[in-house]
Amino acid sequence: MSGDNEETQTTENTPMDEKVQDKVISPEKSEEAKLKARYPNLGNKPGGSDLLRKRLQKGQKYFDSGDYNMAKAKIKNKQLPTAAPEKTEITGDHIPTPQDLPQRKPSLVASKLAG
Amino acid sequence: VACGAGGGTSDVQWCFSQVKGAIDDDVAEADIISTVEFNHSGELLATGDKGGRVVIFQQEPESKNQPQCRGEYNVYSTFQSHEPEFDYLKSLEIEEKINKIRWLPQKNAAQFLLSTNDKTIKLWKISERDKRPEGYNLKEEDGRYRDLNTVTTLRVPVFRPMDLMVEASPRRVFANAHTYHVNSISVNSDCETYLSADDLRINLWNLEITDRSFNIVDIKPTNMEELTEVITAVEFHPNQCNTFVYSSSKGTIRLCDMRASALCDKHAKQFEEPEDPNNRSFFSEIISSISDVKFSHSGRYMMTRDYLSVKIWDLNMESRPVETYQVHEYLRSKLCSLYENDCIFDKFECCWNGNDSVVMTGSYNNFFRMFDRGYRQDVTLEASRENSKPRSVLKPRKVSTGGKRKKDEISVDSLDFNKKILHTAWHPLDNIIAVATTNNLYIFQEKLN
Repeated sequence: MSGDNEETQTTENTPMDEKVQDKVISPEKSEEAKLKARYPNLGNKPGGSDLLRKRLQKGQKYFDSGDYNMAKAKIKNKQLPTAAPEKTEITGDHIPTPQDLPQRKPSLVASKLAG
Repeated sequence: VACGAGGGTSDVQWCFSQVKGAIDDDVAEADIISTVEFNHSGELLATGDKGGRVVIFQQEPESKNQPQCRGEYNVYSTFQSHEPEFDYLKSLEIEEKINKIRWLPQKNAAQFLLSTNDKTIKLWKISERDKRPEGYNLKEEDGRYRDLNTVTTLRVPVFRPMDLMVEASPRRVFANAHTYHVNSISVNSDCETYLSADDLRINLWNLEITDRSFNIVDIKPTNMEELTEVITAVEFHPNQCNTFVYSSSKGTIRLCDMRASALCDKHAKQFEEPEDPNNRSFFSEIISSISDVKFSHSGRYMMTRDYLSVKIWDLNMESRPVETYQVHEYLRSKLCSLYENDCIFDKFECCWNGNDSVVMTGSYNNFFRMFDRGYRQDVTLEASRENSKPRSVLKPRKVSTGGKRKKDEISVDSLDFNKKILHTAWHPLDNIIAVATTNNLYIFQEKLN
């Protein structure tokens, strides 16, 4: 499967050329050649265990449950409440206001299909 | 079955009826529709989404004012079926996405459905409440208890009408039976049992019993290196309660008879179309993977969907399908890029119409296809907001494959592969169809005069 075959396959052919092409190379095999040209290390067993095992392990893996919960709360992206401006405040005297508390994850919202 | 002469695509014109969902292009992941299913009467239409939510629509009774169209579907109930979970042992997230919904046949006033995510199947009861007790002896109307000193007479509460309230409650939770990801569920015609299938195993459940499940198919090899195929779908026969089929990623369908043995690893029949070894390519096995299998209502045939085609099989013939319909053959020369963008792994579903004369499946660019088995005709239609004027007739679409593109045709390279129609459903009795785009649900009806 040379590069030349690929080129003529994609441009407009005269009816005579097309008949010749059909006998030589099917569109599927031509696509396979394209793929192998791009990824020379691709194995020869596409439906084999590698692909299937990747499929069996679908689902995002986290380091541990703490990592998972952090990602869910997206704490990294949220600003933590700023410290009280007066550093002389005694702990316990300052009553938090709603603005001070970190935002909790919003409640699960209703589907837009029901809107 | 209400349909035109023969009910074929030759005389059926499809009209836009309704569209549900947000208009904006910015689609939140949770809103991606993952399953669509009519109940057995067609009165109810359920959808599940990636956010674990179920929305049920109910058809309004036909109005005398508008005899030319059947009732509209309006929201009946919506609830959160599954929530995201975390598997601590494997440090894996368990998605709340609803993979499948299956309705149980109605036995009493309440409706029941099974919904499943990757790991857990739940039985939901949807019931109506249209009256409530009023006039309690010891409680005020707002629930506060009355001061007992003021209670001097005996008052018996009576039921009074109230605004209809539809309640969904989880009646059973079938958990911890699947190591791999559940891809399908199927309720038996005996209405007592159901199957759930993951990539490697199929389990049989009794609807009443949640702490036990029988494993009846296990294709896990002792050495995982030898894994060559996975289970992709399972379905019970519509009237033979001992028979079910399951499809695989290698393009085979196995029919099993539960009377033969407790473990159905040995199939009774294997349906597989022989492959021409000369045509085999890197993509052959991937595109032969069956993404959906559905019995006909009659139970005589079954339909399978692989990446490029829909095949109809006669249960009496294992050697090859009796009919093959090309859904989008023009994609065969695009397989390289479809592999690179993962579209080649998209799982399209398929469905039969009420009298098994027409089959339907989705494609890309929000196109969907219907194949009339009797008239040997097919049509490509599009679900889009541009064709959403009430009762406007859908115009057939055409993809041009050659060099010359006619007016109104769309070229293969202009197709939007992000607009996939994976889930479609056909009303069991009428020519009403539900088509799900990424985040919208379209309802189309047959044009009635």
